[in-house]
Amino acid sequence: MLRYIGRRILIAIPTLIIVSVLVFALQKLLPGDPVLTMAGEERDPQVLAYLREKYRLDDPIPVQYFAWIGSALTGNLGISLRTDIPVLTLILSKLPVTIELAIMAMIVALAIGIPAGIVSAVRKGTAVDYAANVVALSGLSIPNFWLGIMLIMLVSVRWGLLPASGYVPPTEDLWLNIKTMLMPAFVLGTGLAASLMRHTRSAMLGVMRSDYIRTARAKGLLSRKIILKHALRNALIPIVTLSTLLFGELLAGAVLTEQIFTIPGFGKLIVDAVFNRDYAVVQGVVLCTAVGFIFMNLLADVLYVLVNPRLRHAA
Amino acid sequence: MKKRLLLALAAGLLASTAASAQNLRIGLNEDPDVLDPHRARTFVGRIVFTSLCNKLVDITPDLKFTPELATEWSWSDDGKALTFKLRPGVTFHDGEKMDAAAVKANIDRARTLPDSLRKSELTSVESVDVVDDLTVKVNLSRPDATLLSQLSDRAGMILSPKAFASADFGQKPICSGPYKFVERVQNDRIVLERFKEHWDAKNYNFERIVFQPIPDTTVRLANLKSGNLDMLERLAPSDVPAAKSDANLVFAPVTGIGYQGITINTNNGDRAKMPLGQDKRVRQALELSIDRNVINEVVGAGIYPPAGQPFPEASPYNNPKFAAGKRDVEKAKKLLKEAGVEKVKFELTFGTSTTTQQIAEIIQAMAAEAGFEISLRPTEFAAMQKEAQAGNFDANIIGWSGRVDPDGNIHAFATCKGALNDGRYCNADVDKLLNEARSINDEGKRKQLYDSAQAILKEDLPIIYTYYQPWPFVLSKKMQGFKPYPDGMIRLKGVKLGS
Repeated sequence: MLRYIGRRILIAIPTLIIVSVLVFALQKLLPGDPVLTMAGEERDPQVLAYLREKYRLDDPIPVQYFAWIGSALTGNLGISLRTDIPVLTLILSKLPVTIELAIMAMIVALAIGIPAGIVSAVRKGTAVDYAANVVALSGLSIPNFWLGIMLIMLVSVRWGLLPASGYVPPTEDLWLNIKTMLMPAFVLGTGLAASLMRHTRSAMLGVMRSDYIRTARAKGLLSRKIILKHALRNALIPIVTLSTLLFGELLAGAVLTEQIFTIPGFGKLIVDAVFNRDYAVVQGVVLCTAVGFIFMNLLADVLYVLVNPRLRHAA
Repeated sequence: MKKRLLLALAAGLLASTAASAQNLRIGLNEDPDVLDPHRARTFVGRIVFTSLCNKLVDITPDLKFTPELATEWSWSDDGKALTFKLRPGVTFHDGEKMDAAAVKANIDRARTLPDSLRKSELTSVESVDVVDDLTVKVNLSRPDATLLSQLSDRAGMILSPKAFASADFGQKPICSGPYKFVERVQNDRIVLERFKEHWDAKNYNFERIVFQPIPDTTVRLANLKSGNLDMLERLAPSDVPAAKSDANLVFAPVTGIGYQGITINTNNGDRAKMPLGQDKRVRQALELSIDRNVINEVVGAGIYPPAGQPFPEASPYNNPKFAAGKRDVEKAKKLLKEAGVEKVKFELTFGTSTTTQQIAEIIQAMAAEAGFEISLRPTEFAAMQKEAQAGNFDANIIGWSGRVDPDGNIHAFATCKGALNDGRYCNADVDKLLNEARSINDEGKRKQLYDSAQAILKEDLPIIYTYYQPWPFVLSKKMQGFKPYPDGMIRLKGVKLGS
């Protein structure tokens, strides 16, 4: 098992190098000039020249790349061109926010998706199944930003139940923190719940047709026990991997959701950085996301092996 | 038992309203950049600085100068020295004394710091002398009528010299304004707290000011409606009806000192070499084909007053002679005919936003009636800026946030070597007039020079002004004493929250 994990980590290294080169190169292809953006409305030529020199923007791109990756390896991701705040500080302060959002959204997604999937698989072809499918499809097809604005209008403005947007750290006020995160987590979670529901349904349907379920039924076991203990457990294998991979989708969805609800997280950080041509922040954030993604993939593979005994021996 | 519970609840409620009444929450359109007035570049950052940092002088709503850290000032006869008398007994947030030496240190920092963005504003300053503890003399290399207005903004903000020696000043700014810095969570909030030792502390009523950047205008308004904010700045015109119809809100727009316009490439590279860039009659025809009232009513919800010149109506340099004219399609057609072109094709570039997109479409439709065939090109803003400088455009929709002194609204755009003159319009007469106008302090004489320059520019039309940029504020009904200023800043003197 350890050797398996070690091998996977070794494979991840070239991937990371490629990602870092790509991020760097793509960014240079972005139209616009970061220095023009930084120098403000007046665009003083003296200042433009100084900034170009300070951020080494006139150096050849490979030189810029090695300078950046060299300091990145020592944990120095540079300083935000816009706010002067070190990129690492920014990332470390935004990451927990997005992770909290992602976890809460995942809980929403699992809480809706799995029971709905089970019910619609067990009651296949009935009104319940169709109803669940309609809900799932609408969850998939309603855009996040629309649902977000509608919720704000209804829940915050009309009913005044929850804060319309913003973020309060849990260390400051836990209850307020949960209140501010409820709507964003719901918006982000419903989209995922739909795909989880569809996957649970098809996995359950597959398992329910297998021989051992028929045997269990023949033994006269309670239907509920068969579904929850025998069928669901096996059906969960693909769901577990799917859930870990969905985390990537969550991060992507967080970009939009954070924008609507003004949550100072990872997604908002990168969107603002791209618009402001804050190169150092964009590079740092994408690099961290790539590392996170590779880690989640690794975790998915390891979980898969742990859950599935047949693969355990192969590993 | 029940009674006691009710009492406790009531007491709690009272306590909470009392506490919240002392705080003010302001919704901003975006997150400010670095909080160092000498290095900052954004409009929104200036809103925060207004509460955080006092300046040498401030402005009145009709763009006159009024004392702040300087109680009086005077020009030398040759216009090459400006002497300030400073307010006695002023301290910075760190307890240091604000005196002539501090002012000198600040002006010197603003003009010498390598990444200072104030250098171009202070080019005329040659040296600063400390005359006595409370008197500062600024010596100029040439007479500069714009200097006082520069010192009424970021270039005149006085920071604690002890604090700006440290490298992280931009993250922990220390000034002498009515509120001092508490904390900043990037993209989330900037918190300021009452500075009890401020020289005018009795006129500032809030315990804390919380600035919250909420870029989506609808969400920003929703926050105000649901009571999470007390006021917001820069409401989008599309949300104006919603704000006006809410009985709990007060809509407080003010016409700003900036403008929006169409910059035409008359002289920057190959793309200038076409009828629109080469023949002023074609540009005049374009102007005549546009009905600015339609832009105001359809897109601007009535808050985009038509502009025909760079100086806003609040400015003494505004001349009604150059006000926006009426639409005249027949005359436009006639001009095109004279110019020997029946159909004029060009590309109109603009920054991607719903409002600008709508304006571009309206211009496209209106100009089509006169014979213009406009193709629209929405471009991300940073990309557009670079293309504009490189001359890679026919015509751009672009605005300017405006400066108090008239020079700031015209010199860099209309002089041959102006840093913001993207179309590279160049006319020796205009250069001469505008250079002279920035060197004399007499308002009457300056106005004559600007009028002469405007007469030429109105004919040549390197920029077709469309409307004055408004600053639409929305306040909770509870807010009392707030007065919107044409510079779009939020001044909190005398402002309070009623019940």
